[in-house]
Amino acid sequence: MVPTVIRKEFREYRRNRFIVFTMAAMPVVVLLILVGETFALPERIPLAALRRPVGEALLFLQLIPVMLPTTIAAYAVIGEREQGTLEPVLTTPVTDRALLAGKAIAAVLPAVAISWLLYAVYVGLAQLFAPAVVVSQIWTLDQVVAMAVLTPALAAFAILVGILISLRSTDFRVAQQLAVLASLPVIGLVALVTFRVIRPSAALYAAAAGAVGLMAAGCWRLATGLFNRERLLTRFGS
Amino acid sequence: MLSTETSTVTRPAIRVDGLTKRFADRAAFEGLTFEVAAGEVFGLLGPNGAGKTTTVRVLSTLLPLTSGTAEVAGVALEAVNRPEIRRRISVMPETPGLYLRLTVRDNLEFFAGLYGLSRSEAQRRIEQNLALVGLVDRADDLAGSLSRGLLQRTALARALLPDPAILFLDEPTTGLDPVAAAAVREIIGGLRDRGATVFLTTHRLDEAERLCDRVAIVNTRLVSVGRPEELRRRLFRPALELRLGRALLEPAALFESIRGVNRWTNGLGTGVYVLDVTDPEATAPEVARAVVGIGASILRLAEIGRSLEDVYLELVEDEW
Repeated sequence: MVPTVIRKEFREYRRNRFIVFTMAAMPVVVLLILVGETFALPERIPLAALRRPVGEALLFLQLIPVMLPTTIAAYAVIGEREQGTLEPVLTTPVTDRALLAGKAIAAVLPAVAISWLLYAVYVGLAQLFAPAVVVSQIWTLDQVVAMAVLTPALAAFAILVGILISLRSTDFRVAQQLAVLASLPVIGLVALVTFRVIRPSAALYAAAAGAVGLMAAGCWRLATGLFNRERLLTRFGS
Repeated sequence: MLSTETSTVTRPAIRVDGLTKRFADRAAFEGLTFEVAAGEVFGLLGPNGAGKTTTVRVLSTLLPLTSGTAEVAGVALEAVNRPEIRRRISVMPETPGLYLRLTVRDNLEFFAGLYGLSRSEAQRRIEQNLALVGLVDRADDLAGSLSRGLLQRTALARALLPDPAILFLDEPTTGLDPVAAAAVREIIGGLRDRGATVFLTTHRLDEAERLCDRVAIVNTRLVSVGRPEELRRRLFRPALELRLGRALLEPAALFESIRGVNRWTNGLGTGVYVLDVTDPEATAPEVARAVVGIGASILRLAEIGRSLEDVYLELVEDEW
């Protein structure tokens, strides 16, 4: 049933102009910022002076998986409730976990795919147009590991926080804002690493991904525990 | 409550005993006891706030019951059995609950997937049910472009996808114009002819009268349950309405002399009388002969028909 839910979510995204616009516009804007921050740097810039612009660029890359899916995640349950589709869905044999997993995966996949695509395009453009010193800072094993493991972990965490809030909120915008807010501490940690306050390494990124993944697992546990059909359909229930 | 059950219930699809649902201190309904036979169209009637929708939600496992016991499609209504019950039933809520950005077919494919139907079986049932509700040519239209009546028909097609043992319909014609409502009623009538078990809530009494084999009237408690004609018989004694060209001078002397007339009262208007009788068919000719015998002109002599609405109003008004 999870693939059924994912397929339905994708079909809905495709026909939702707001989601399509957000998915398309945000990466373009971020790419422009990345290019603006780093491509115009002089060829012989000292490494210390690179810390801020490159750090900002890499931070923006990690912001994408957090910011992008919050719209979808916050809408996950509230949207069903607003459309009146929650009740017929909940009367089918679909389990709470399958429904939530389908919605979470359907939000994680595009967020991660867009983040990876953006990174690939950024690195590709950098190879062509940016100073070699910039390329040497963004096309590193550390950064590849960060994109490979930390990005999906961040996306999963942000989405599950959004779904968690969506389960208890009745207002879509409030849920969206709360989801972004709840993800900020994690972004703060990522910022410390990207700005070299904490020295980055592949191992550190992998460890950070593990920690964020654990937090995401905690959110998943909480979300499945809080999924109360009575409360979702009425204002009663635990 | 007038009575409990009739002998027609032999193989219950739903059995409810003392079922109660409370939200905090407020009872949505309490002490409901009834049975629904397999293949029966059973109507739950009641005013707004009577607990009809909550009853459907409890029986369809959406809400937990507070007390009492129930069996749905042969399975005890307990937390552990909810998935099994959901596999055997289907619900059409009051609002169509369709994804408006998806096509009719997309909606049906999604729900077919949730019921675990294989792709080929899903396609077969989708085509079959689209034909049943007359939406084959609108299958690829966005649900958001359909009228309320067509949305309701789509919701009905969706509810029929799993070929459920019991179909719950919550106010299926609410908000529909008369033509759309008639179309939905016709489809439900067709389901009855196919032997489906349908549990229907409505406050449209004409609809219940036309569609339901039996009805339960509720007002947070069960007020009465039975076939519509049984309820009528229980509540109302048979009566004749006699309309004459002019008022009788001594009606008491006349009516008390007619065998089979138990009681008489003045009706609405001059020369109109209501006669309580035991057997309308046997007594009407006696009345006609007696009235003509004294030289009065009969404008009308007929049995007073009682609708389900009369039954409903009698029962529900007693409750208020």
